[in-house]
Amino acid sequence: MTGRHLPADDVISSAPTRRGRPWRRRRAGAVPVALLLPAVVGLAFLVLPLVGLLVRAPWSGMGSVLGDGTVWPALRLSLITATAATAVSLLLGVPMAWLLARTEFPGRSLLRTLVTVPLVMPPVVGGVALLLVFGRNGLVGRWLDSAFGITLPFTTAGVVVAEAFVAMPFLVLSVEGALRGADSRYEEAAATLGASRFTAFRRVTLPLVAPGIAAGSVLAWARALGEFGATITFAGNFPGTTQTMPLAVYLALQDDPATAIALSLVLLVVSVLVLVGLRGRWTGGPA
Amino acid sequence: MTDPDVAPTAADADADGLDAHLVVARPPRDAAGAGFRLDVTLRARPGEVLALLGPNGAGKTTALRALAGLTPLDAGRLTLDGRTLEEPAARLRVPTEERPVGVVFQDYLLFPHLSALDNVAFGLRTRSGPGHGGPWRGAKTAARAEAAAWLERVGLAEHAAARPRSLSGGQAQRVALARALAPRPRLLLLDEPMAALDARTRLDVRTQLRRHLAEFDAVAVLVTHDPLDAMVLADRITVIEDGAVVQDGAPAEIARHPRSDYIARLVGLNLFRGTADGHEVRVEAASGPVAVTTADSADGAVFVAFPPSAVTVHRTRPDTSARNLWRTVVAGMELHGDQVRLDLVGELRITADLTQGAVAELGLAEGSEVWAAVKATQTHAYQG
Repeated sequence: MTGRHLPADDVISSAPTRRGRPWRRRRAGAVPVALLLPAVVGLAFLVLPLVGLLVRAPWSGMGSVLGDGTVWPALRLSLITATAATAVSLLLGVPMAWLLARTEFPGRSLLRTLVTVPLVMPPVVGGVALLLVFGRNGLVGRWLDSAFGITLPFTTAGVVVAEAFVAMPFLVLSVEGALRGADSRYEEAAATLGASRFTAFRRVTLPLVAPGIAAGSVLAWARALGEFGATITFAGNFPGTTQTMPLAVYLALQDDPATAIALSLVLLVVSVLVLVGLRGRWTGGPA
Repeated sequence: MTDPDVAPTAADADADGLDAHLVVARPPRDAAGAGFRLDVTLRARPGEVLALLGPNGAGKTTALRALAGLTPLDAGRLTLDGRTLEEPAARLRVPTEERPVGVVFQDYLLFPHLSALDNVAFGLRTRSGPGHGGPWRGAKTAARAEAAAWLERVGLAEHAAARPRSLSGGQAQRVALARALAPRPRLLLLDEPMAALDARTRLDVRTQLRRHLAEFDAVAVLVTHDPLDAMVLADRITVIEDGAVVQDGAPAEIARHPRSDYIARLVGLNLFRGTADGHEVRVEAASGPVAVTTADSADGAVFVAFPPSAVTVHRTRPDTSARNLWRTVVAGMELHGDQVRLDLVGELRITADLTQGAVAELGLAEGSEVWAAVKATQTHAYQG
């Protein structure tokens, strides 16, 4: 309003900031330094490593690093196993989330606690635990070996198992939350229309909580993609079969830091691209 | 809507239609709470529309949910067309999805991820799928064609592809009705079907609903707290208060002979309990006994009733032949349509309906002192 009386160039160049500045200054003054300072330090702490990665990246030697035979097999393996682990988590985790959210049974809260244990357990411990159960001499592994001739440790399937073990709790918790937030009366409406509980779940509940399932899948996928401890413990580090990107990065760091940086960048770009791509799709849909 | 010559009587044990004794007990929410117990008997013949009328919290919706199987009975028995759907004593309970019921929920609960057409087709698909004896192949196409016919019947053919969120309240209500009717239920349940609509839409929807209910050949149970809905749509009204039936009968019968203050207020009657001696009724009002002269002659405990429109209001003591004349103060004024409903407080608390013109002419406002007169011929006394 007052800007009309200012010279035209002033309006264009600085009027918005002039009008905004007193307001901002007043609000900034209201933020206690005791909160602002740690917040800024925290922000720097989170962002600086990413900046460092970009600054120190061997941009000129990028081509040769990417052309080297380790990157693509590792990236391919990472994407395949992370996706497979997410699929396994969906297949087993969504019904588990439904059970936790929609039914009453004794020991349900204990079950929920057990489900969240892998969330807080160090992944290496998870890997050791998996070896004890699915290893060649493990409780289940011995039977799998003798009955079906299946061995999981140190195979690509083992990578998927390790990643799913670590990633599934993320999916279960986020889908359970979505189910609790969804109006269960839609399921009642479906029942009055002749739908069994499973039909109601499939045709009504599942579409209603799709955004929650999608969000949980992304979390699980991202967690699986970055999985390191459980994977290296349970599946080892064999290029081509069990060496995923994080393992390749760690290995490269031992003797060739430049390659490690380049691999890290690739991993970062891939995960950011996938997240951004999927997020755009969902925000357009029903939330 | 019913033909008394053809329809069997409700007393007949093998009668078609609804015969339900619903008992649902809910424990108190906390130690101090009283809990809630619903214990009602509902009967209706095919083609009949039964309205459950009552204040909020009376148990109407609980009764409806019990009929649908969404809330289990604690005792009693539910029989529909001669088939027992639930009887706790016999450990018998047909689950909701296997009951031939259709429900129009208060907020409709249209599936937000499905089009209007697929919402209506939903019940047709579940009932024609595997396990229901129907052909599965082509079921989807057939269900959609039938659903389209239903949308046409409720006048929404052009909104078939619309998502529920883009429908108006009245349209959503009609989709919900079509969805409930499409699988041809033997018991249609409507939970406050007009509550979510604005006044103008309400009138339209009520008229349409009346037409669809008239065409419906099975039992319909309508839950409402709006007496007008009940009077207009139902063949019979069952009034529920505090989980129990307080009155049951044809709408006109209930309007003429309401059994409680609540019912009288609902149907717009002034109702007083008193002791009759001939044409004189002693009404026990808050300030003491008040004599009311009635045209009907009675003896003993009676209800005295007269409609709000029978009350005439005057600023000065009128020179009138009216036998009942009371000094009152205007305690409240409410506009209902073109009528103003006055709440008059004096020896008796009286409801009076005046035209807006009369109110302006008398210069009435809250706090005005007025004389209220009722002719004996306008009153009714009947045994309580």
